[in-house]
Amino acid sequence: MASETITSSEYIRHHLQNLTFGQHHDGSWGLAHDAQQAADMGFWSINVDSMAMTLVLGAVLMWFFRSVAKKVEAGVPSGAQNFAEWVIDFINDSVRGSFSGRSALVAPLAFTIFLWVFLMNLMDLLPIDLVPEIAKFIGSNVFGMDPHAVFFKVVPSTDPNVTFGMAFGVFALVLFYSIKMKGLGGFVGELTLQPFGKWAIPANFLLEGVNLISKPISLALRLFGNMYAGEMIFILIAIMFSAGAVMASLGGLLQVGWAIFHILIITLQAFIFMTLTVVYLDMAHQEHH
Amino acid sequence: MNLNATIIGQMIAFAIFVAFCMKYVWPPIMAALEERKKKIADGLAAAERGRHEQELAEKRAQQVIHEAKEQANEIISQAQRRGNEIVDESKDNAHVEGDRILTSAKAEIEQEANRAKDELRSLVGGVALAGAAKILSREIDDKAHTDLLEELVGRI
Repeated sequence: MASETITSSEYIRHHLQNLTFGQHHDGSWGLAHDAQQAADMGFWSINVDSMAMTLVLGAVLMWFFRSVAKKVEAGVPSGAQNFAEWVIDFINDSVRGSFSGRSALVAPLAFTIFLWVFLMNLMDLLPIDLVPEIAKFIGSNVFGMDPHAVFFKVVPSTDPNVTFGMAFGVFALVLFYSIKMKGLGGFVGELTLQPFGKWAIPANFLLEGVNLISKPISLALRLFGNMYAGEMIFILIAIMFSAGAVMASLGGLLQVGWAIFHILIITLQAFIFMTLTVVYLDMAHQEHH
Repeated sequence: MNLNATIIGQMIAFAIFVAFCMKYVWPPIMAALEERKKKIADGLAAAERGRHEQELAEKRAQQVIHEAKEQANEIISQAQRRGNEIVDESKDNAHVEGDRILTSAKAEIEQEANRAKDELRSLVGGVALAGAAKILSREIDDKAHTDLLEELVGRI
């Protein structure tokens, strides 16, 4: 919630700033105190909040399913196993639907992507100031930081680093399987000899190169864009709460409406990320497409 | 919103989670699902087999019942035949026995009659002798006429 001392644009900016750790101008290492400092840190800095959230979410996800997998039984399933089997069956079915080859990697990969991204997106449904306020409290009282410098972006998928990280991971797998399945020559041939034949290699390479590069870019930007926009709307709605009773109640309505709609979006985006990954890997496995 | 080393951290975390999932999460659960699938398939096959066996058993039971009925019928008809035979035999036996009894009775009667005849003959002879003695009481010697009388008796 925006307090009296900061303006709406400060509130928005505060919410959109990652907690960045890196090297300051003077050579010391530490957290950035504002956006300018964070930007000045350059590439070799790290977004502590994104990393922390993704690691915690991933650990929770893996812990839950590992605990199910440890005492899984083929008899009548119960409780958590029921749920886990439902999810896994769903993912396994959709992987089989779009991936024609045989691979021990693709289904677990799709499973991890879907649930991890879903959990990241789900953080969007937490009250927008809840985690940042907790972080601010801990930051200022435990670590003695300036409360205004404690940034915390709760939804990791609104950080392009996160989405690009996953997309590049997928892209690396696409390249790996393309070369493994078709050989280096086959892969290069696919990039340069289609669709116009060997007399138009530059044109082919341009088309196929764009086609190839667009895969990770579109994966990352689609997820990032959707979640960023959704988060932005939550922030804007949150600003309404400090603009009088009428606006606040209208904002409450909007908040509920958007949150319900957002449940669909976060699931859909996670599913799209997963499905496209599977499709890209399927294309990498096939000789001609 | 700067692109920074977080991207590398994410790739590493992503790889670790995928590897963990691929090694420790996915295979056991999939194995359990496969095992259950197999169990269900086996169960269905067993049920099918059981039904088939039941059908066979029913057929065999019907056959056994049929055979048993035939056997029973045969036994009954045999028994009837035997019964008839026994009745016939005993009828024959009875006839024979009756005939035998009849014959022996007849023989006995004849014997009895012969004896009675003999007795009568001797009685008649005595009576005739007595009468003759009374008629010829004087001069007739018993001894002289006994031979004559016995001859007479023999002729009766």
